[in-house]
Amino acid sequence: MTAASDVGYHAQRQARWHYGEVAFWLIVLACGFLFPSRYLIMTDILRLALFAMSLDLILGYAGIVSLGHAAFFGVGAYAAGLLALHGIINEPVLALVVAGLAAMVLGFGTSFLVIRGVDLTRLMVTLGIALLLEALAERFSNVTGGTDGLQGIEMQPIFGQIPFDMFGKAGFFYSLAVLFVLFLLARRVVHSPFGLSLRAIKNNPLRAAAIGIPVNRRLIAIYTLAAFYAGIAGALFTQTTAIASLDVFAFERSADLMLVLVIGGTGYLYGGLIGAVVFRMLQELFSTITPQYWQFWIGLVLVVIVLVGRQRLHRWVLYVPNLIIRQVAGRKAVVAVPESDT
Amino acid sequence: MTAILTNLFDGVAYGMLLFVLACGLAVTLGLMNFVNLAHGAFAMAGGYVCMVLVNRMGWPFFAALPLAFVSAAAIGIVLERSLYRHLYTRSHLDQVLFTIGLTFMSVAAVDYIQGSSRVFINLPAALQGQFDVFGIGIGRYRLMIIVICGLLTIGLQMVLAKTRFGSRLRAAVDDPRAASGLGINVPQVFAFTFAFGCGLAGLGGALSAEILGLDPYFPLKFMIYFLIVVTVGGSSSITGPFLASLLLGIGDVAGKYYVPKMGPFVIYTMMIVILIWRPNGLFGRTAAR
Repeated sequence: MTAASDVGYHAQRQARWHYGEVAFWLIVLACGFLFPSRYLIMTDILRLALFAMSLDLILGYAGIVSLGHAAFFGVGAYAAGLLALHGIINEPVLALVVAGLAAMVLGFGTSFLVIRGVDLTRLMVTLGIALLLEALAERFSNVTGGTDGLQGIEMQPIFGQIPFDMFGKAGFFYSLAVLFVLFLLARRVVHSPFGLSLRAIKNNPLRAAAIGIPVNRRLIAIYTLAAFYAGIAGALFTQTTAIASLDVFAFERSADLMLVLVIGGTGYLYGGLIGAVVFRMLQELFSTITPQYWQFWIGLVLVVIVLVGRQRLHRWVLYVPNLIIRQVAGRKAVVAVPESDT
Repeated sequence: MTAILTNLFDGVAYGMLLFVLACGLAVTLGLMNFVNLAHGAFAMAGGYVCMVLVNRMGWPFFAALPLAFVSAAAIGIVLERSLYRHLYTRSHLDQVLFTIGLTFMSVAAVDYIQGSSRVFINLPAALQGQFDVFGIGIGRYRLMIIVICGLLTIGLQMVLAKTRFGSRLRAAVDDPRAASGLGINVPQVFAFTFAFGCGLAGLGGALSAEILGLDPYFPLKFMIYFLIVVTVGGSSSITGPFLASLLLGIGDVAGKYYVPKMGPFVIYTMMIVILIWRPNGLFGRTAAR
């Protein structure tokens, strides 16, 4: 077997759907029917999962560290809010796509700034862009409602058929459908030759350029796509909560997002989804213990995760499941340790 | 005309303050290549120590300032020896996550101990009010800041350029391996420098309570300002961050005075433009390592 076809074989094997993945999505769907009283928090988790998946695309696959991903979330949120408030586009799905595109345009524009420079410059520039947008949203309060946020948003039924109900049932399944469709797209993208080239860039940009990968163009493309995803997550936020306020741009949002990904692991798409569930549960737990100071415990979790080491932590977490799989199926572990991002 | 000069004066005081707050970060971020987003937490610690000493225990303000320095430096050295040390060789992502975690913890802890409202330090009467020089209003407190920070800056420059420790530090930064080969205890030099930078931040925090406002969210609110000073100033010497602080201070005060509606917009735009134009900072060289 030649080297080229060997690589293709492994890439294809990786891209195939595993039973575990099917089970994962079935469980998520089942949650929608099992816990009818928990729609609001489950919708929240789905939104966060989509947002985290967006960061995973650039951090886990392309290795771009961003401290200002909330910028795109915020643009999506305000775009969806304004579209609905002024009745420009009443149909939620269409508004969602338009809001995503708005964030995408911003992502494309700022990607040229981000691909310049090293990690440190990127951190600063992404942080700066998010802060800049927050300042802008505060400044143009006649459009954005300033610190009060956009109020009185009324969502029209989805496709003109399914109205948003007050228990959040429609919102949950709507969010789930959006997440699943976008997940399929992301899955297709990261397993395509394009996605493989991104990994090459992440591992070694110089070498990737040497074998003929247009590094900058690939980075711009994935950054733009990630911005689209984040914009959609933001738009979902506005559509399911009927509110958009300045805190969509907040630094804490970007920082929490990092924590979500770190908990779940980067570079295999499910990290954001699992991380979102764990993060929200931790947050709930901490805020029942100490309502005002939960941030302390979140901070502690971050510090401990970094000190212990992310890879070691993931090995520990996966130890028991892998042991069971090995015992039952009698073969090598199927749940792999996610790739490192160093 | 006098309004412009008064603004300039305020801007210089503000910039000097920013320099004292951020120059410790210039060393850790610029020279040691460690992304320390928790730098503001040390400043906040110094500020709160000073506040407790002056307001609750009745210490004189000028006696509390050195203690603010010492306590922040002590916290710095403890954290450096126990936690930071392990992260010098890790990726920037790990460093960012770690220091964000620390920042969150410090915010919540101070909120828990001291409450979330803004605190003020009782100033001695000699520092309050302002006097006129040729019609230019000069705040006594701001004048004191300029004097203290100016002296500190000169002192720092002298230490870095003239003393044995200064040359050791520069050697350790330029090439840690060669430096340790020459018998310089590089980790010790870094630890000492880190603690000293934290102490300066603590002093800056104590001084800034009057001007910037001191509350538990201080580390998050001013994080971006410290980062701007360092990234714009570059890391080749302390003159770079110093000039950057002055520029930022004057720009921010003038921006707030003349175009109040644009708010912090001017500063962020300036930062992004400068970073795009000169990724290593205005006065920088190519980054170490």
